[in-house]
Amino acid sequence: MAPVTPPPPKKNWSLNSKATRGVLYQVIALMLVVATLAFLANNTQANMAARGIPSGFDFLSAPAGFDIGETVIEYDPEQSYAVAIGAGVLNTLKVAIIGVVLATLLGVSIGVARFSRNGLVRGLSYGYVELFRNIPVLLQLLMWYLFMVEVLPDSSESWRSFDAFFLSKGGFSMPWPTAGVGWGWVWFGALLGLVAASVWRRRIHQRFEQTGQDGDRLWAPLALVVLVAVVGWLVGGMPSQFDVPEQLDFMVDGGASATPEFLTLLLGLVTYTAAFIAEVVRGGIQSVSRGQSEAASALGLTPQHTMKLVVLPQALRVIIPPLTNQYLNLTKNSSLAVAVGYPDVVSVANTTINQSGRAVECIAIIMLVYLTTSISTSIFMNWYNARSAIKER
Amino acid sequence: MTTSQTFTPIAARPSPTATSGWVHWLRQNLFSSAGNTATTLFLLALAIYLIPGVLEWGLFQAVFAPNAEACQAARGTGACWGVVSEKYRLILLGRYPFEEHWRPVVATSLMVGGLVLSCMRAFWKPWLVLMWVAILAVFFTLMSGGVLGLSDVRTDLWGGLPLTIMLATLSIFMAFPLAILVALGRRSNLPAIRAVCVTYIELVRGVPLISVLFMASFMFPLFMPQGMSIDVLVRVVVGITLFAAAYMAEIVRGGLQAIPKGQLEAADTLGLSYWQTQRKIVMPQALAMVVPSMMNNFISIFKDTSLVTIVSLYELTGALSLALNSDVEWRPFKIEAYFFITLVYFLFCFAMSRYSLWVEKQLSASKAR
Repeated sequence: MAPVTPPPPKKNWSLNSKATRGVLYQVIALMLVVATLAFLANNTQANMAARGIPSGFDFLSAPAGFDIGETVIEYDPEQSYAVAIGAGVLNTLKVAIIGVVLATLLGVSIGVARFSRNGLVRGLSYGYVELFRNIPVLLQLLMWYLFMVEVLPDSSESWRSFDAFFLSKGGFSMPWPTAGVGWGWVWFGALLGLVAASVWRRRIHQRFEQTGQDGDRLWAPLALVVLVAVVGWLVGGMPSQFDVPEQLDFMVDGGASATPEFLTLLLGLVTYTAAFIAEVVRGGIQSVSRGQSEAASALGLTPQHTMKLVVLPQALRVIIPPLTNQYLNLTKNSSLAVAVGYPDVVSVANTTINQSGRAVECIAIIMLVYLTTSISTSIFMNWYNARSAIKER
Repeated sequence: MTTSQTFTPIAARPSPTATSGWVHWLRQNLFSSAGNTATTLFLLALAIYLIPGVLEWGLFQAVFAPNAEACQAARGTGACWGVVSEKYRLILLGRYPFEEHWRPVVATSLMVGGLVLSCMRAFWKPWLVLMWVAILAVFFTLMSGGVLGLSDVRTDLWGGLPLTIMLATLSIFMAFPLAILVALGRRSNLPAIRAVCVTYIELVRGVPLISVLFMASFMFPLFMPQGMSIDVLVRVVVGITLFAAAYMAEIVRGGLQAIPKGQLEAADTLGLSYWQTQRKIVMPQALAMVVPSMMNNFISIFKDTSLVTIVSLYELTGALSLALNSDVEWRPFKIEAYFFITLVYFLFCFAMSRYSLWVEKQLSASKAR
């Protein structure tokens, strides 16, 4: 029998070593990615040169030349593309911020209603969720828009209540305080009251943590806000001018108004996202085990206290990450504004593409805007999530 | 001393309150307290106030015959379902040549049949893949024609429900393997590969689908070598696939993270290679865990296909506008037509979400043992 020869020692750089292969794979992968990108960039450049498409961001300073239906800032067609796109971004943010607030309110109510003691309420909220989340949001938007422009009356004979709120094909109008020093004091007072109220709530909470004595956390702070606002109103010389909308022959004028496009987009996004938020809330509440609320009632907590002190804090931890996703979805879905004619950033950029032919640049701008919004929302929600996470010792 | 005792039965106790049956259910759920009763009565009153009007408009006063004049006469008082009976072929099949309509119908039925079979446990066999290859081959042959004596139909004439179903199915099929690769890449210990995957996922998830579709329709032609043009349908499918894959990858990653490390170590000990470990140990467990969220994702892809109408492809939503916008006679009844396609979308999505619940139950049953 031949003597057994030991296998030759493995060399570190051999192809069989895990480390070598790791490096090799990464080099290959990176080369593939770089090659693909270079290939695409090269083609794009060649194509653009061949078709005579100019490139670069210099067009941003040229006058836009198109009008935008509604803007948060002053805008006229003489201004540059950059301002036009900025106005679009502000419109996107406007609908997204108002939409997130309203969708949260509606969604949480419906999610909690899934646990109602009343069978009809449970059934209705279930029906709402199933109906709204199983229909494409684009279709819902188109239907709301059709409702706005077909079913609503002409702006010469709008639906009104109390001669103060008007709804018609021209949009929605309501009274709004006239801008001025007097009302400024009221806003300032309300803000001051809000600060005072949050200090108050913090004090109550601290006392609760230390002594177990709970105080009024809702009505007293609320009264504080109202009170300070009223003081502001008195200081401001008791202003009473409201800009009340009026029914004119062919339109409704004055007050604060929202265009039908804005209303369509807001309604569509809010009702759609609320269905998803309701499911998130339901999942969160269900994730708190039954023993928790049973233990709470064994300790003698009222149902309200059980919800507030035991179930909700635990449910919130499960709810927040998917809720963040829903907020981001709402923001991204606001890009469907282009289908109902609301001038958000996508629809302004689309017009810009058609006018200037700078497709690559405009799409890059759209993506940059949404990426920035997404990332900042996630940063904020991660901070909030960290705050509401379990504090482990 | 013999006092006789007579047996007198005491009165029978009343039977316990029913804890089952509809009377008990009503008492428990609708009239358990004063507040509860008030809510119930309020909602019932609301229903009595609203439902007759809805029935009157949608059913009793509605016009079902495809008669535009009758519809015009009933306007405001009754719905015009006649628009559906008049236009359903255009709405469901888009611009496809009228006399060839049997082709998309057969092709789509085949595809839906394949989807239904794939949902059944008995058919989860390797040959399912072959069946799908065959189905897709037949689908595209039937739709585009040009062989076997079928006339040639260009892809820009495809539309309606066949397009919706095809876009959703193809994107899901192509996104799924890509998603698994990207999810594995994101969990890899090789930093360069991880970075590429993270960038891809976060970039795509941060932007709306509409911008990806704009890219597919405006920029894709610029990406290709000169003289080479790719059909808009293919570009859009690629766009939706790349978009969907990023979301799916995150779902798969959730499943991967739930696999205990011991499983991987055990596989290492047995001498399994990386791919063997993934194929035989990790994926079967991870994918089973994420079935419910995966189904939700499929539903949202199905709904998202409606967005292609913005880049001028006439799937269900687009075909509806196409069918009605140019027709002055029927255009006023667009809202009824919208209700019709809403129903179509709803049926598909609702069926999928019911199926997802069923699968979830099956999986939790296997866990409960």
